[in-house]
Amino acid sequence: MKKTYGIEVDCANCANLMEDAAKKTDGVENTAVNFMTQKMTVEFSDGADVKTVMKAVLKACKKIEPDCEIDF
Amino acid sequence: MTKKQKKMLVRIIACIALLIIYHLLPLDGILKLALYLAAYILIGYDILRKAFLGIKNLRPFDENFLMAAATVGAFALAVYTKSGDYDEALTVMIFYQTGELFQSIAVGKSRKSITELMDIRPDYANIEADGKLEQVSPDEVEIGSVIVVQPGEKVPIDGVVCEGSSTLNTSALTGESVPRDVREGDEIVSGCINLSGVLKIKTTKEFGESTVSKILELVEVSSSNKSRSEEFISRFAKVYTPAVCFSALALGVIPPVIGMISGGSADWAVWIYRALTFLVVSCPCALVISIPLSFFAGIGGSSREGVLIKGSNYLEALAQTKYMVFDKTGTLTEGVFEVTDFHHNSIDKERLLEYAALAECSSSHPISKSLQNAYGKEIDRKRVSDIEEISGCGITAVVDGDKVAVGNTKLMKKIGAEFKDCGSVGTILHVAVNGEYAGHIVISDREKSHSIAAIAALKKLGIKKAVMLTGDRRQAAEKTARSLGVDEVYSELLPADKVAKVEELLAQKGAKEKLAFVGDGINDAPVLMRADIGIAMGGIGSDAAIEAADVVLMDDDPLKIAKAIKISRKCIGIVYQNIIFSLAIKFACLILAAVGFANMWLAIFADVGVMIIAVLNAIRTLRVSKL
Repeated sequence: MKKTYGIEVDCANCANLMEDAAKKTDGVENTAVNFMTQKMTVEFSDGADVKTVMKAVLKACKKIEPDCEIDF
Repeated sequence: MTKKQKKMLVRIIACIALLIIYHLLPLDGILKLALYLAAYILIGYDILRKAFLGIKNLRPFDENFLMAAATVGAFALAVYTKSGDYDEALTVMIFYQTGELFQSIAVGKSRKSITELMDIRPDYANIEADGKLEQVSPDEVEIGSVIVVQPGEKVPIDGVVCEGSSTLNTSALTGESVPRDVREGDEIVSGCINLSGVLKIKTTKEFGESTVSKILELVEVSSSNKSRSEEFISRFAKVYTPAVCFSALALGVIPPVIGMISGGSADWAVWIYRALTFLVVSCPCALVISIPLSFFAGIGGSSREGVLIKGSNYLEALAQTKYMVFDKTGTLTEGVFEVTDFHHNSIDKERLLEYAALAECSSSHPISKSLQNAYGKEIDRKRVSDIEEISGCGITAVVDGDKVAVGNTKLMKKIGAEFKDCGSVGTILHVAVNGEYAGHIVISDREKSHSIAAIAALKKLGIKKAVMLTGDRRQAAEKTARSLGVDEVYSELLPADKVAKVEELLAQKGAKEKLAFVGDGINDAPVLMRADIGIAMGGIGSDAAIEAADVVLMDDDPLKIAKAIKISRKCIGIVYQNIIFSLAIKFACLILAAVGFANMWLAIFADVGVMIIAVLNAIRTLRVSKL
């Protein structure tokens, strides 16, 4: 399953780092962060609970860039 | 400005005001330090917080850390030397924040202007209910509903015109500025703008499946395919930041220690100041921000011209294209066929055509369509059975109880029919009935009006070789090749042969030269994938071809290939300018800082100034219409 979320991030490098961090989160198959359109596409593993996974993704991203936001 | 940006602006102004007030007051000692620290915290608390969080999360080496270390260091130095000069730490922070604010506004603005450029998303669809128009979300419209599009509105969903006639502006989709006329019964694609009359459209697709949604999806995911330059920069940033941090540390510690050991003075203050300047200079933001921005602008600009590029890696590859391989039918020629002649027919012309049209009734190939058009009567499929498609040869079927074979000379040889060759140019369809040769039908295709110009434009851009591949007969292929000016032509190819030919060409070319294949059909999908860059015709192309391609030409105009290459070269040129320009200035300033010729002001310019120049340069990529 694939979902796209709006994000808020100020620098392009942080966006790259967020992508790396989100990829390593459990329940995430793959992610793509698009700094220009401020969007994050997350591909979830089978059977993963979207809400809990996204909470973990946000937590991992906040560690990288405390100012970032993900709307989910 | 966003809320965040406004808040930042207030903080900057407040801090500058404080700085001026402090200068007017006779401050000294602890009180002065305390007041300056208060102002410093006002302007830089978020940087300090992020630097602290970075250390806590074991990711210490980012720009926040650089700035925090540099400014806190400057404070410490002022206390240590008892100079009481806290201005520098404060102004450095003010300048850094101003630069960041400016960057955030500039990037936000350019991002907006690019996305606006690509914004073809319709906001609503009009549905007629009880004689009144009601606006609903395009998502809610079901297939088969009738929607109303008024002049000036975007067509929200693909469909067929069921009432009214009008002219459409398709420039958002195709880059083509000449308006297109539509009448009742015409198919209409979403994303066009209705110019004159009111149209009633019966939808044939859901919004999510409509052209406009597909294009938007394509463009939005496109910047996730990262180019080598972008990969280079993100790898570079990962190594670079820790490297400069350690260099700064070394610069601040090693020379004083050597000075102490050798018996001279340590000059701690001088070297630490140099180390801090070094830190400020080193920030990699100019590169990290401007390169994806250039690519994004390049993709945005080209989509405005009717060329969809599915990723910045393809934009990069396009700039290095040296070999261009074309499919003939539908790419260099219109792909619209007409039956023009009958030769050596042993049976009646109409009967010959009837046999051929019926045998080909289930094929969607343009040639079959032309047969059906020429036949002109309703096709009764009950009369046809046992249809077998022999790839690259033709079709055999049983029509009205007769075994009919329709295809090229290979098919005739295969079934052992004695055929007569043809001297005319075009596609020759040989027909055999019950194993007996019955004559052949000549079908011709027209060259696209821009094909000759397209090949010439590509040659001018330094394309080494233009190659044409086709399943057509040699005579027809060679004649087209000559008139178009392509260098090599390979004819009578089966779909699999095309892949083999492209692989052969791929093996011949140099490592840095790229090969692009241009095609449109289902058969072309494997070749499109195999080539370095696959370019598909979006208008007449099959879905499989568009899916497999890396670049889609929305209006099927081969001249746009040259344009796409020009855009990509401009974009790559700007990317390289930015890389070289920022790195050169950075390294020059780093050296100046290390040997003590740079102060904090120069350092701030090397950081923020370079970044702003790079961002402004990146935005130039958007201007592609005159290329």
